Amino acid sequence: MVKKIENVGCPFCGVCCDDLVVTVSDDGKKILEVENACVIGSTVFHRAMSERHTLPRLRQPDGTYKEISYDEAIDYAARVLHNAKKPLIYGFGSTNCEGMAAAAKVAEKAGAVIDNCASICHGSSFLAIFDNGYPSCTLGEVKNRADVIVYWGANPAHAHPRHMSRYSIFPRGFFTGKGHTGRKIVVIDPRHTDTAQMADIHLQVKQGHDYDLFNAFRTVARGHDIPAEVAGVKREDIIEVVDIMKKARFGTIFYGMGLCHSDGRNHNVDIAISLTRDLNDFTKWTIMAMRGHYNITGPGVVWSWQYGFPYCLDLTKRDIAHMNPGETSSVDLAMREEVDAFFNVGTDAAAHFPIEPVKRLRKHPWITVDPHPNMATEISDLHIPVGIVGVEVPGIVYRMDNVPVQYRNVIDPPEGVPSDEELFERIYERLCELEAEDAAKAPAKAVPEGIRAGE
Amino acid sequence: MNELIVKNGFVFDPLQGIKGDRMDIGIKDGKFVETSALGNPKVIDAAGKTVMAGGVDIHSHVVGPKVNVGRLFRPEDKLFKSPLKRGNRMEMGFSVPSTFKTGYDYARMGYVFVNEAAMPPLHSPHVHEEIRDTPIIDNAAMPVFGNNWFTLEYLKNNEIENNAAYTAWLLRATRGFAIKVVNPGGTEAWGWGLNCESIHDPVPYFDITPAKIVTGLIETNEHLGLPHSVHLHCNNLGNPGNYTDTLDSLKLAEGYTAKNNFGREQVLHITHIQFDSYGGDSWRTFESKAEEIMDYVNAHDNITVDIGQVTLDETTTMTADGPFEHSLRGLNNLKWANTDVELETAAGVVPYVYSPNIRVCTIQWAVGLELALFAKDPMRTFISTDHPNAGPFFRYPRVIKWLMSREARDTTMKTFKWLERTIDATSIDGIDRELTLYEIAQMTRAGPAKALGISNTYGGLVPGMDANVAIYALNPEDMPSDPEMIEKAFSQCAYLIKDGVVAVQNGEVVAEPAKRTVWVDVKVPDNAQVQRDIYEHFLRHYSVGVENYKLFDEHVHNPRAIEVDATQ
Repeated sequence: MVKKIENVGCPFCGVCCDDLVVTVSDDGKKILEVENACVIGSTVFHRAMSERHTLPRLRQPDGTYKEISYDEAIDYAARVLHNAKKPLIYGFGSTNCEGMAAAAKVAEKAGAVIDNCASICHGSSFLAIFDNGYPSCTLGEVKNRADVIVYWGANPAHAHPRHMSRYSIFPRGFFTGKGHTGRKIVVIDPRHTDTAQMADIHLQVKQGHDYDLFNAFRTVARGHDIPAEVAGVKREDIIEVVDIMKKARFGTIFYGMGLCHSDGRNHNVDIAISLTRDLNDFTKWTIMAMRGHYNITGPGVVWSWQYGFPYCLDLTKRDIAHMNPGETSSVDLAMREEVDAFFNVGTDAAAHFPIEPVKRLRKHPWITVDPHPNMATEISDLHIPVGIVGVEVPGIVYRMDNVPVQYRNVIDPPEGVPSDEELFERIYERLCELEAEDAAKAPAKAVPEGIRAGE
Repeated sequence: MNELIVKNGFVFDPLQGIKGDRMDIGIKDGKFVETSALGNPKVIDAAGKTVMAGGVDIHSHVVGPKVNVGRLFRPEDKLFKSPLKRGNRMEMGFSVPSTFKTGYDYARMGYVFVNEAAMPPLHSPHVHEEIRDTPIIDNAAMPVFGNNWFTLEYLKNNEIENNAAYTAWLLRATRGFAIKVVNPGGTEAWGWGLNCESIHDPVPYFDITPAKIVTGLIETNEHLGLPHSVHLHCNNLGNPGNYTDTLDSLKLAEGYTAKNNFGREQVLHITHIQFDSYGGDSWRTFESKAEEIMDYVNAHDNITVDIGQVTLDETTTMTADGPFEHSLRGLNNLKWANTDVELETAAGVVPYVYSPNIRVCTIQWAVGLELALFAKDPMRTFISTDHPNAGPFFRYPRVIKWLMSREARDTTMKTFKWLERTIDATSIDGIDRELTLYEIAQMTRAGPAKALGISNTYGGLVPGMDANVAIYALNPEDMPSDPEMIEKAFSQCAYLIKDGVVAVQNGEVVAEPAKRTVWVDVKVPDNAQVQRDIYEHFLRHYSVGVENYKLFDEHVHNPRAIEVDATQ
């Protein structure tokens, strides 16, 4: 008998659909069918059974990989961390929060820099949030209340396939019984995307001029005059959209990388937040970042409760954490050749980073922790395979609106393959052993007395 | 065999009426025992020191989504304000400390139990993840009910039994502890950018008044017989002239008596009442109405309060009172985070500076102290700072100093820019009362434990209870002449024994005994109507499935369930 598992969370994008139904074979080893998921989500499940390694692989002098045991791999990883002056542990877009917490424990012990994919993605949003706050809501609020939706610099039709049907444009919620016919959809994007195709109004902002357009929106909202055309958009169109926004009962601005990675970056997000603040003087408005991976919100949440910073955490001082993007961010550290060991965890830095930092990181030991082979594993010194979160490993993940979703596993990981959490706990133990060995060998290093900072 | 004896200390245990007697306390296997039951115990010498039960905090925002937003969006709260690592993990942050710092700092003050003040039910997995990472102290968390659509609909139709069944279901689904109510109705109105400014202001669409929400929840609570009472954050909080609204809220408890098996006597706990005790009709005429409020509280046994003392720090305000945080944003124009939570609640976070140079802040400071000093029954009036809203929790020792010493109050008041206007607007200058160590023990342990319905386990030194002992370097027969020494003694306890393990010694964490998650497991009769309502709302209106909403067992850290049978 095949087994149907319901309420399965999807380990692909930040929409975190939790209504998947997965059919597994009699012996619980094969995934036969995935219902309700988008095509990308269902691929994650089907791909679980192919291209898997069940043992860590260590690079040999001749350039080939040789399989080694997990104990050997853990020892190697712990030694790399122990010997490095400033290791960098980066990634975490695609793993669970338990794994992130365990990795932070390792980073703190090893005196490492720990960073996540926000560093090259929504990190600029964090900078704006530090300055200006974040008036937001959960996605269910949008579904139940919103009558105006703005997508700005985001293309969910491709990047978050079920976002519009689950939360924003189409669903019939408590106060929104008419579904999409009761909602106004505004898309602001320089391209005529498939999302723009869904819009009542598409404003084709001139590429790189989002800040100007926001400024015009705020000016109009406050009742002042603007030029005949701003950022390639006509005055009448701006006035029309601002009027719709002010008359909304409940509105949400969803923004994507079009804001946080085009000219202006954090300033674009900053003024988007200011516009949201302004609109709350008239009616109810909220704003939300379209976070990419299913749990890229997670490390920001976990490391905030552990250290008070969401990304770019420099723990190398060992007694205090420090964050300063630009100084402690992964790409910048790599470009300045400040790190001498690299852990790539649950992401693919080789594919996502610019080529120069990849080249510079590659001069030092590079360890990849990921279920599947990817570009990073192909240039690593060591690849440690782990179980796939959401497929083989359960755990908590954070949706793009910071709502925690409890994920299940539908099959077991291949025999002997640990979860990220188990792996990092074992590295932690090995690291403690190495430190103890060192301490036994050498006379104790003088550790400065802890003092309380002046209050 | 793990045995300890705390010898020769001056013991203060209000649960047993012990007022500073020189006594020995026996501990065996994590519980208090008669000293005669001990074989060969390890001795802790407490001669010349004050011995109390481990502290119990009835209201503090320490774990969960809005606390974490406060951490995330304030890097400046870490900069030059975090101590260097002393223990097992780094300790980051000032007004909103990291989970590790929270656990360590509470332990250093001699606290063992902290009740998280507001858990948005949808976010319960987050709350429990942070509880896991908060060392040493036991935690409970109160889910918020006052703006929950199920609750609003049941109470509007006077369906107390249905509301009780839903409450029991939600407490289990979130591993929650008690019924928390924040700005009843007003936070739901905030979904539309509106508010309920008085208890008679109906909620948009749901058409029920805050007054009816509160009385309905009191009836629900007593119907179930939960350990704790309804825990209320009043409507119109924080505004000049709100004391009349507060009195209206207090009067809602009239005629109700507590029904439970946990020794609790109140039916309504008003939290951080300092923010609800203001007179005047504008910030210009802002004044204290602490005396009027406490006159009412003193005369009514079925009410308890915690003070929510302003500590004059730069801090981070955070509350499920969404409209209040929005108005605060308008007041100080600093950054503002907000999260509306579907069907349930909302939350806002805004940094705030309580400055001794600002008249309103110094009046607020006086109001909090007046409330505690006007209290006739310290078993019903508790010390809190509504951490981090009025100030961080690690200022409790400073609050204790102010309450125990007129001289300390005068010293602080001398720093006020608007001293005369503060004195004119309050009665703080006319109060000479100085609280005793016994009264402090009532306000920080015995009283909160009793009000929470956990005084059979926490807050006292009775044989059979959890062996949680705080020892302070204060000699009641020879109290220091310098009030600063009182603050120091309460900041860095000489010893904290948690579950029979020495966790803190001379103000430093030396061990991390296992911590627990305390929750309330209520059995109620099967209720098909409520089951159907839950199914419908999750099918149509929630953005997660009900099976993923209910907390998985594996995400509850070291649970301790308090069982309540409400099937009869």
